[in-house]
Amino acid sequence: MPERLLTKDFELDGLSRIETYLARGGYRSAVKALKDMSPPAVLEEMKKANLRGRGGAGFPAGVKWGFIPARTDKLKYLCVNADEGEPGTFKDRYLMSHNPHLLLEGMIITSYCVGIHEAFIYVRGEYEAVAQRLEQAVAEATARGYLGSHVAGTEFRLDVHVHRGAGAYICGEETALLESLEGKRGYPRLKPPFPASVGLFQCPTVINNVETLCNIPFIILHGAEAFTGRGLPRDGGTRIFGVSGPVNRPGCYELPVGTPLREIIFRQAGGMKDGKKLKAVIPGGLSAPVLREDEIDVPMDCESLSAAGSMLGSGAIIVIDQATSMLQVLVKMAKFYAHESCGQCTPCRIGTSWIDKIVRRLALGQGREGDVEDIKRLALNIKGRTLCPLGDAAALPILALIAKFRSELET
Amino acid sequence: MSPEISDKVKRQVEDILSRYPRREAALLPVLHCLQKERGFLSPEEEQWVAERLGIKPVKVREVVTFYTMFRRQPAGKYHLQVCSNLSCWLAGGDSLLDYLESRLGIKTGETTADGRFTLSQVECLGGCDEAPCLMVNLDYHTGLDRDKLDRLLGELD
Repeated sequence: MPERLLTKDFELDGLSRIETYLARGGYRSAVKALKDMSPPAVLEEMKKANLRGRGGAGFPAGVKWGFIPARTDKLKYLCVNADEGEPGTFKDRYLMSHNPHLLLEGMIITSYCVGIHEAFIYVRGEYEAVAQRLEQAVAEATARGYLGSHVAGTEFRLDVHVHRGAGAYICGEETALLESLEGKRGYPRLKPPFPASVGLFQCPTVINNVETLCNIPFIILHGAEAFTGRGLPRDGGTRIFGVSGPVNRPGCYELPVGTPLREIIFRQAGGMKDGKKLKAVIPGGLSAPVLREDEIDVPMDCESLSAAGSMLGSGAIIVIDQATSMLQVLVKMAKFYAHESCGQCTPCRIGTSWIDKIVRRLALGQGREGDVEDIKRLALNIKGRTLCPLGDAAALPILALIAKFRSELET
Repeated sequence: MSPEISDKVKRQVEDILSRYPRREAALLPVLHCLQKERGFLSPEEEQWVAERLGIKPVKVREVVTFYTMFRRQPAGKYHLQVCSNLSCWLAGGDSLLDYLESRLGIKTGETTADGRFTLSQVECLGGCDEAPCLMVNLDYHTGLDRDKLDRLLGELD
């Protein structure tokens, strides 16, 4: 088994409790940052580590923090994106329910580095049990002095709030998340300004994904070189790959960035179930363009996936077998984006619902001449013409599915 | 008309408000708190929330109608929400929905005449590793097949 940085103690009972976390060396990294390092030194280390965001976009966390204005009269906020809604993705649930203190420790280091004293964890509404576990962890950390007015006995102050969403995929988009946190509909904002300058309550705001933050304690404790020495040099560390679909062992696998997709499916996840044959793989959550069976010898890192015409996204791997109809996959896809489009931008609002309508017709065997071309035209009209990435997230996987499996759609 | 809001809920709302730097930011948690009591949000409750948070009633209505977890009609005692997205479908999620429809004698989106069960189809719940899955109210049930579903319904009856 490759070395695990985030999940190494996950088999332990009671890791979610602070006693166990402390006994395993927890909060040592936060103490090191607060007592032995200056905020610029933490930022320097983070930039060196080049930790790429684990939520979907892959943007380096240190660079993102660097955009926060150094001098400002405004408060600054940290928002943790725990609105895990990308279909096929369950890694953040896994991390938060097993080890909520790891997330809190990453949040402490981030907040100290950027000068933040108030942080929110935006958890998707359905994860009520996870939210309760986080609340408990916040209470434990506060009682032990790792949160509150004197973090780890220093003058640094940090309050953490757990905030539940209420069922809207779009709130995983960072500006929609901010709107939602302000008590509004989750409508993405026009950018720029970016959240680093105008974020929550119009204040400079850092937004990072759960898994991204969970990597920070390792980087600070062991140094950026230890991190970049694992995985790939420019895309270091590990990723938590969530595998679902007809494999023998679906689940989360923490593996070095750059592990080949085929190895994850056939070695880690135990290969295909019941002698089924592999047909296609969605490598980074539903929005990642599909790969054919002959395209899965690809290393799982942001750049390799992008070169293969797809994206690493959330690292959620959905495996599809030969017996599965790609038309039915398209039905699921089209329905999802039509349901989750927030309705703000016309190409996405109208485009996703028309695509959904046409795909349903195809699935009923009532397809008309030119239907597939119409779907393509609608998808191309969404792509690049919306305020937020949901437009592309809907268009690109649909276009890829048409390009690679067109014959299955037209019968 | 002033809605019946229990002292317990009023206390919970005050507690939520005390934790937020701005009152309007507490809207989602306050709505969750009210809905937990009766299973849905009435126009009177929306009005009460608007007054308590100092925002326009239409702002509350906008939010209630945007997020799928907020309901404006009562649901059954047990709200079965079956995941219909790709990973669950690959593991037989749709046949679970068909089975539930026939066992409960209702269509998706309906509530049984005795008010016990509401059946809904929802998007990915993040339970893909143990697909297919569903939520009963806010509790997850995973790795389901017909036998497991029968046992689950038996426990709920």
